[in-house]
Amino acid sequence: MKSLRGALVLIATVAAAIALIAGLWIGPLISVAAFIALFVSCQCGFSLLRTDPMDANSSVVWQDRAIVIAMLSFGTVFGSYVLLHQLGIFESADSPEPGFAFYSLVVSIWALGWLLVEWLADIDSRRGFVRRILGVVIPVLFGAGLLMLWEVLTRALDVPQVLLPSPSAIAERFGNSLSVLWADFKQTFLKAVLIGYAMGCGSGFLIAILIDRSPFLQRGLLPVGNLVSALPIVGIAPIMVMWFGFDWPSKAAVVVVMTFFPMLVNTISGLAASDHMQLDLMKTYAANYWQNLFKLRLPQAAPFIFNALKINSTLALIGAIVAEFFGTPIVGMGFRISTEVGRMNVDMVWAEIAVAAVAGSCFYGLIALIERMLTFWHPSVRSGR
Amino acid sequence: MTTSPEEARPVVKPKPGKAGPVMVVLLALMMLWYVFTVILNTPWQKDVFKRADNKDWNMVELVKGTMAQERPVLPAPHQVATEIYKTTVQKKITSKRSLIYHSRITLTTALLGFLLGTLLGIALAVAIIHNRALDKSLMPWIIASQTIPILAIAPMIIVVLNAVGIQGLLPKAFISTYLSFFPVAVGMVKGLRSPESSHLDLLRTYNASPSQIFWKLRLPSALPYLFTSMKIAVAIAMVGAIVGELPTGAVAGLGARLLAGSYYGQTIQIWSALIMASILAALLVTLVGLVGAWVQARFGFRETQLSGKGI
Repeated sequence: MKSLRGALVLIATVAAAIALIAGLWIGPLISVAAFIALFVSCQCGFSLLRTDPMDANSSVVWQDRAIVIAMLSFGTVFGSYVLLHQLGIFESADSPEPGFAFYSLVVSIWALGWLLVEWLADIDSRRGFVRRILGVVIPVLFGAGLLMLWEVLTRALDVPQVLLPSPSAIAERFGNSLSVLWADFKQTFLKAVLIGYAMGCGSGFLIAILIDRSPFLQRGLLPVGNLVSALPIVGIAPIMVMWFGFDWPSKAAVVVVMTFFPMLVNTISGLAASDHMQLDLMKTYAANYWQNLFKLRLPQAAPFIFNALKINSTLALIGAIVAEFFGTPIVGMGFRISTEVGRMNVDMVWAEIAVAAVAGSCFYGLIALIERMLTFWHPSVRSGR
Repeated sequence: MTTSPEEARPVVKPKPGKAGPVMVVLLALMMLWYVFTVILNTPWQKDVFKRADNKDWNMVELVKGTMAQERPVLPAPHQVATEIYKTTVQKKITSKRSLIYHSRITLTTALLGFLLGTLLGIALAVAIIHNRALDKSLMPWIIASQTIPILAIAPMIIVVLNAVGIQGLLPKAFISTYLSFFPVAVGMVKGLRSPESSHLDLLRTYNASPSQIFWKLRLPSALPYLFTSMKIAVAIAMVGAIVGELPTGAVAGLGARLLAGSYYGQTIQIWSALIMASILAALLVTLVGLVGAWVQARFGFRETQLSGKGI
């Protein structure tokens, strides 16, 4: 733990020192940023020597931590700003190529960013509010750092657009083609994915309830369902396109088949999850089958059902997009991706991927949110994860 | 995830077998398939009769006809079986028409991707349980990475990697890797954290080093989780390999067979490729399960409680 931080501090310090010296020939801004990075990393080193980050929650340590985090944040943010600014200068005409000083600064800022995350992760608050904020802030910082690195490296190294466009280029393309992206989103997500998802999950759930009274069918369907969920079902896409035509119904059909079996299997095993004590209790209440089902067994099955809903949310998007490779009208996310790849418009493909990623994450997040609200009693939710 | 409730429950009666019900369900599915073959192929068959000026066809002729079409809407199971037999046993393995030839390509891709994905997943899990910062910053992104439909960007990955000069097996395997690292990483993190705190405390009283704790306690107790997630990973790696073959212009592999079949309306070919892929996937999953059971038996696990509890 400590050795990793020590190594990071060392990297940050050395890189900053190199950037400081080499930056003297380039411009004041890089030198200032390098000086700040050097100062901050030295402070981190001192703090590491003074305290053991693992133990002690005394107020001195807290103060020390707060100072280090504040300095690290400032150093990282300012350094990133300088890097971006410097990139702009490099790209204007008759200017020097990004040199030694620049890359040393990149390394230094990267190490500082990592140190910041390390220090933030140490905060072990008992207050749920602080914990939740940190649970968002740390991953966001990590993601921002990754984006930053991507932007700086693709632009500084002049990576061809075809290979990997920079995030800013993707964002620009995104902003310029909102109408196309929206049309694709409507076609693929709002029609094929949502309808197919609802039908697949709904039918899986209903069939599971229907065969609930027949242990024989359950014992037969559970292994078969498990097997089928492991099969490459996307392969039926060409067949569905033949049967249901090019428009969204064929994609929805693929989604239905893909989501059906996980839902069936999970609901069946969820309905079997109530334990004997609970069932006996219901019996003493003289509960009939339906009361038993709605008051005990379905709530008990909820974590399993939500598990299936979550798995299916990603499967559905994949199914719909892949099905579009086999034939679509001239709109849709899968169609756009495959044609724009052919035309080497890679930034458009990335914009489409961004849409898919945001849509998929929101879909997943929404289901996770509903799960937290409905299964608040379950240990995995109660412990706040 | 303790196993105590199951252990505490008294054994009332031996569990009834699964073979019977499974056979019945499979038979019912087969029947259903035949019924749908007849229903879906009837319009075409009627058309055929009409064109042949055959007005006095009877039911038997109709049913027979629906199961012997060249390009049926839904081929009958025995047609698919014949096609698979013809393209596996009766063709040379090196022939481009042999399904074994295509299966081998898909299988190597899937296995390479699965291997890389498993290694990557284990490495990530080990890093995550040993570093708090990685746990907090990386774990949410690992989960988020799976909401990105990677299969959708498969064509781009392949085209881009081709442009860089990486060709052949690796780009396709990369997609399988991306898909299969996730279940392994998540399952392994769960598994490596599964030792009870009393066990960890015991090792601490022995003054065990972190690496000793890892090799002697954490890794063995993570094995059931590892193999459960590897079963998921190998199935998903197969999917990745098939989809990875689509954008390369249908050269070789089961995915290419699917695409070629869909171009030329060769439904029987599509179905036989599909069934072949399913058989392979099922075999792989079973194989991983068997290896898992063997390894766990060597480590002294009782396999009853642990199977299926990983994720």
